[in-house]
Amino acid sequence: MLFRELAFSAADGEVWQITGANGAGKTTLLRILVGLHGFFEGEVHWRQPLAPSLLYLGHQPGVREELSARENLRYSQALSGQGGDPDAALDAVGLYGFEDVPAGRLSAGQKRRIALARLWLDPKPVWVLDEPFTAIDQDGVTRLDARLRQAAAAGTLVLYTSHHRVGDDVRRLHLGGAGGAR
Amino acid sequence: MSRVWWAALRRELTLIWRAPADMVQPLFFFVVVVSLFPLGLSPKPELLALVAPGAVWVAALLAVMLSLDGLFRRDQESGALDQMLTAPVLSVVPVSAKLLAHWLLTGLPLALVAPLLGYMMQLPVAVLGTLMMSVLLGTPTLTVVGAIGAALTVGLNRGGILLAVLVLPLYIPVLVFGAGVVRTAQDGLPTDGLLAVLGAILALALSLGPLAVALGLRISAGD
Repeated sequence: MLFRELAFSAADGEVWQITGANGAGKTTLLRILVGLHGFFEGEVHWRQPLAPSLLYLGHQPGVREELSARENLRYSQALSGQGGDPDAALDAVGLYGFEDVPAGRLSAGQKRRIALARLWLDPKPVWVLDEPFTAIDQDGVTRLDARLRQAAAAGTLVLYTSHHRVGDDVRRLHLGGAGGAR
Repeated sequence: MSRVWWAALRRELTLIWRAPADMVQPLFFFVVVVSLFPLGLSPKPELLALVAPGAVWVAALLAVMLSLDGLFRRDQESGALDQMLTAPVLSVVPVSAKLLAHWLLTGLPLALVAPLLGYMMQLPVAVLGTLMMSVLLGTPTLTVVGAIGAALTVGLNRGGILLAVLVLPLYIPVLVFGAGVVRTAQDGLPTDGLLAVLGAILALALSLGPLAVALGLRISAGD
């Protein structure tokens, strides 16, 4: 069992940092929350249907190497119904000039930036981000950090796993330890 | 909804087009296997014509199955599958686009070269049209049914053998009727009825298959 007696409720405009040792179940918890993982006991309630309001970035960035940065982002937009200018978003994550390069020729960090570019499109009310700071350089971390705070200030609920702490009033959910979740 | 479908179709066609090995491999397999029959068996026209329907159909069936192992693998490894499953559209929309794209670039070429291979196998020219028609009606069924197996085995490391075990029994009706149509045409009998049966199997596969594939992907993602 990964965790038990885990209960929390999150509201608009809050930032939740989920922490825990490797293998504590951070990714599994996020997958349960977004409905990808069905094998658990308990209940997850969202105030409104989750799918239209969710922006989920998983452990893998979901970027296909055969497609260019712009093609990847455009398809994400079509799939999720998220509006916004893809080129401006790619510019915001520092991929200006790389829009038409196949993602397979970019570095791991740049691939992750393609996925992260969705955070700079028209905002969705719920962000669930699995290790968004992984493979991102110092400058990218600063920009992402600022973007998460900005979104939370505008009323977005942000749930993310990482050891990086966003702001001071971030709420922490720590998984692991002898008594399950705390 | 239809906008997503077209976007998905475009994406899938682009993906296969940019990695053409996935497209060429089944076709190459098909041509090579059938070409080996005259070498291994005997070049006698009457013997070749006798085994031709079965040989062409078995090769087509295996070629389709070969192409399916990797159908969802790269989407799963890259995380694109999770994006699809959490999107606010029914998974069956992008899934059906993917199946169509896959068939257009792997199944359809098989149907197009089948008459050529049939001719090489000494089938009478009058039968070649029927052969092509049977492969045209049969391969989409093989793709859709095989995709159900591919969806269920996508999370496994070496799903290839399991995929074959799951899917081959379901392929048998298509093989029986597909090769049967060609044999019936060889005997000079009317083939409409048997082609209609292939069409009926295809209709069943097309109506329920994509739903089963979408469900299979959701199950695979859940563990």
